[in-house]
Amino acid sequence: MGKPPASTWFDLAPRLPSNRRRVLQGAAAGGFWLASGGAALGADVRAVLAAHTRTFFNPEEWVFVLAACSRLIPSAADGPGALEALVPVFIDRQLSGDFGNATDWYMQGPHVPTANPMLGFQSPLTPAQIYRAAIPAIDTWSRQQAGKTFAELEIAAQNEALRTIEAGKAGLAPEIRDFFALLLQNTKEGYFADPMYGGNHQMAAWVHIGFPGARGSFKEWAEKDNIRYPLGPVSISGSRG
Amino acid sequence: MSRQAKKTDVVIVGLGWTGSILAMELATEGLQVLALERGADRSTVPDFAYPKMIDELKYGVRNGLMQKPRDSTLTVRHALNDAALPYRVLGSFLPGNGVGGAGVHWNGHNWRAMPEELKLRSYVAERFGADIIPDDMTIQDWGVTYDELEPFYDRFEHMAGISGKAGNVGGVIQLGGNPFEGARKRNYPLGPLPSTLNGRMFADATRKLGFHPFPMPSANASAVHVNEYGMQLGPCNFCGFCERFGCINYSKASPQTCILDALKRKPNFSYRTNAEVLKVELSPDKKTATGVSYVDEKGEEVFQPADLVILAAYQFHNVHLMLLSGIGTPYDPRSGEGVVGKNYAYQMTGGTTLFFKDINFNPFVGAGSNATVMDDFAVNQIDFRKEGFIGGSYISSGQFNGQPIRSMALPRGVPAWGAQWKSGVKEWYGHSMSISSHGSNMSYRDCYLDLDPTYQDKHGRPLLRMTFDWKPNDIRMTQFMRGKIEDIAKSMNPTSSTSSYKGEGAKYDVRPYQTTHNVGGAIMGANPNTSAINRYLQSWSTHNVFVMGASAFPQNLQYNPTGTVGALAYWSAAALRNDYLKSPRPLM
Repeated sequence: MGKPPASTWFDLAPRLPSNRRRVLQGAAAGGFWLASGGAALGADVRAVLAAHTRTFFNPEEWVFVLAACSRLIPSAADGPGALEALVPVFIDRQLSGDFGNATDWYMQGPHVPTANPMLGFQSPLTPAQIYRAAIPAIDTWSRQQAGKTFAELEIAAQNEALRTIEAGKAGLAPEIRDFFALLLQNTKEGYFADPMYGGNHQMAAWVHIGFPGARGSFKEWAEKDNIRYPLGPVSISGSRG
Repeated sequence: MSRQAKKTDVVIVGLGWTGSILAMELATEGLQVLALERGADRSTVPDFAYPKMIDELKYGVRNGLMQKPRDSTLTVRHALNDAALPYRVLGSFLPGNGVGGAGVHWNGHNWRAMPEELKLRSYVAERFGADIIPDDMTIQDWGVTYDELEPFYDRFEHMAGISGKAGNVGGVIQLGGNPFEGARKRNYPLGPLPSTLNGRMFADATRKLGFHPFPMPSANASAVHVNEYGMQLGPCNFCGFCERFGCINYSKASPQTCILDALKRKPNFSYRTNAEVLKVELSPDKKTATGVSYVDEKGEEVFQPADLVILAAYQFHNVHLMLLSGIGTPYDPRSGEGVVGKNYAYQMTGGTTLFFKDINFNPFVGAGSNATVMDDFAVNQIDFRKEGFIGGSYISSGQFNGQPIRSMALPRGVPAWGAQWKSGVKEWYGHSMSISSHGSNMSYRDCYLDLDPTYQDKHGRPLLRMTFDWKPNDIRMTQFMRGKIEDIAKSMNPTSSTSSYKGEGAKYDVRPYQTTHNVGGAIMGANPNTSAINRYLQSWSTHNVFVMGASAFPQNLQYNPTGTVGALAYWSAAALRNDYLKSPRPLM
């Protein structure tokens, strides 16, 4: 399976100037795509990602999130990667919904984003606003460090960049210091949540670890010792994985 | 005040466990009882129905059944001179919301306090000498004894259909139960749940070491049960979606499964949802309440007159309402005077995870109370002078759920992301079990609740403010438990293990979930100068206000609070029915 044609891979927003669009497409289909081990990605997943109508991310953000997710849960080796699981679709939907808008959170000021982290989330920004601010900040930092955006970096350099961001050493402002933790948490959510939220495509992440999903009835198994449960997962919608 | 509602005999604030119990007891007396619940109405069907409840993201991660901080929260600080900041996102604790309250989403660990815990200060002083109590430790006796509460523990356990094995019936120790518990008049209504492999491995290991394992007293029914109200429970099916979820199976004791349908059939009971009480209104001399003010579902403010006011909200909200309403004198941590807000305490927990390469535990085969416990290092089993701390823990191994977003234990060396994380989750999911310490937390002069000077809720009221941090006594206790648990773990010969306990200098962190066992702030006692409510849960200052819940605990038990909260509710209801209603006055 060769690299996908750029024109069908990422649905880039038409509002971008055409030269900018070509740059992004090049980064996505070339640098990012090769770096992420794209040969392992099935045609169905490529098609779903390409056809996904984004509800939150802009083209630059989408390229970043595809690249970052594929480093957090890579495609190579046994089990689905974040892209095969459609984690970016999950995150896109979450950020345009109640989670992204901090609908349930107490967001009244005054805000003290520099507070002791043990006192919890104190940013004035919602998760969606944090993604929106952090991604260009990371790309700017990456260009300063390596002359390339994050998505354009080679795999090893992307991993190194993520470790630096995770360690809080990429110079992110206090208001967006929780970005990496949010991204990693949302990536794992998209990997393991019920497929109705857009990720965990075909329940492959549940199959990978042996979680039977929404079956919800195991009484006779309490006293069966060290015997693997024989059935695969079901989803809330009733599909079988 | 835009509207005045028709007077009722009794108004109850909050329709969770205690609100439901008090409503039932007082409606049985023939009184007109009205409950005001600020959250939504909830019933097993449709709100907890399969399969939509089996959704880790919505309920387990996004906390779909919990109180939303935007609607109600508090601020937190570590010390008196710090500025407190809002608890903006749920983490460390998860107050419930809606009809049923936290009684919907608990795991169902149902305990009695030890007799010694209910008279803790006296027990320590008489047994070890008062000089071992640190100067800043403000532990107190509860003002009620275990023997007095025993019939009410019994009633709650039979109402809630608790499954378990008694360890001490009438002073006779029962093989296979907890030999260190207080004497009970009879066994639990139901036998123990079956145990998953982890629990049986823990039982074997601890028995070999000379300890006394027994099944967790469980509010997940092991068999069919019909309670005193005619409510029916069916046996738990180990769905693995218990804590943070409503029960799909009519198996977990909750106000819905045990009380509400029967209560709703009483013509003199009614309830209103989306009705948030803002304040208890007092007479000019503040000696009695005249009713409550609340905001209804349309945003209109209503005065609800009542002869008797029962505060049955979550612990924080009971204290918040008392402070906002002027019921009792607010506590001052500098002088040590005042009572409302005094002695906020939490729960000291820790645990060790054991990894077994060759054992498949099927972790999704879980029930909220599927656990094996030992109480050999309980409050009444430890020489406080010798060990250098006051407190104790129960030690247990449970398998509650295998939900993969949150319940993914990985051994040391597996990174949090990347290729090795992906191979690690496949290799280790289902290959671990945990042994946990669930311990007491003492009360301290500077751990308390008051009103925040800066932050407000959506109604413009000051938020409640928590001042709290871990103290050396309690850290020594949990480190003691760590030593005991790691010895047990070692004897089980796991492939590897990891431990997580608070260590020296640990600060309270609001981010990771710990427990929703927040206690104190409206503590009970025998002396109006040192407690906010008397032994019958009656406000010392305002005699027609009774305050339910764990806000009454003068310090925290080593146990989960619900069993004691339920017993206190029935105890207080008995005082109301047998005495107060005949002659409304201060009962002490």
